Amino acid sequence: MKDATELRGARRRAWHHFANPGRFLRLASKVQPWLTAFGVVLTAIGLVWGLFFAPADWQQGDAVRIMYIHVPAAWLASAGYLMLALCSAASLVWRHPLADLAAAEIGPIGAGFTALCLATGSLWGKPMWGAWWVWDARLTSVLVLFFLYLGHIALVRAFDDPTRGYRAGAILALLGVVNLPIIKFSVDWWNTLHQPATISFTGAPSMYIGMLWPLLFSALGYACVFAALALAGTRAAVMERRIRALLLAEAMRAEDPSPGAADTLETQVPA
Amino acid sequence: MTHLPFIAASYALAVLVPAAFGLSAFQRLRRARRRLAALSGNKARSAGNP
Repeated sequence: MKDATELRGARRRAWHHFANPGRFLRLASKVQPWLTAFGVVLTAIGLVWGLFFAPADWQQGDAVRIMYIHVPAAWLASAGYLMLALCSAASLVWRHPLADLAAAEIGPIGAGFTALCLATGSLWGKPMWGAWWVWDARLTSVLVLFFLYLGHIALVRAFDDPTRGYRAGAILALLGVVNLPIIKFSVDWWNTLHQPATISFTGAPSMYIGMLWPLLFSALGYACVFAALALAGTRAAVMERRIRALLLAEAMRAEDPSPGAADTLETQVPA
Repeated sequence: MTHLPFIAASYALAVLVPAAFGLSAFQRLRRARRRLAALSGNKARSAGNP
């Protein structure tokens, strides 16, 4: 019983360890350059391999090369939303001080990758299906995901009090999670024009290995780039919050020059 | 190469979208770092000259 209590305490301490903005900034400034470098190199390898060295498809020809962008972008659109929802849960349940900032930064990046997925899907669909867009279950559910991202971006910035915006955005993000299984299983539940999954966690991939490797490189590279962008954005957001606190403290000091008048405000956001 | 315009447009987007986000994040970080350094300097000066 005592061990379980100690374990819970240790977990809570570890959870809040990186809630300290100063500690987060120090760690993120070390991790982010490596993530960026790995992301750029792996993505470049995956895209060059996919564009010039991977074989063309016997049916689709070279249009299949769009897959090396479209599929990682689609995976990251969903994974990014899951991260957004996890940050929102951490914000609502544990009031984690960095979770709100991270969620606000993940939103635009996730929307960008969802837009990339939709645009490349359209560019792939036109030569293969003969249409830029069809109201297919998979395409429509990804479009809904894009609107959820846009809604989150708008909502977190819609209030004068940022805390209210973060709360409203977190609730929207958690409600939107219901769309993720719909995206995943849409090709199984409905008769769609979009092909079913060729890669799964449980079974062997039904894809030629010469096409699978560049796809995995590209996906891992884009995942690193996504994480690096989210980290960079969160770092900037932490610094901007610190700047606002310092400016407010300066303004208060100008109004009331007595010692200690603005100290509490400055220490609210440690550097 | 078949379907070249579609492939070229896709690869251009694949480079441009992350690059735009990266550039924007880099500029935002640089601006915040400079502003913070300037404000910290002000604070140190005001603490030195009451």
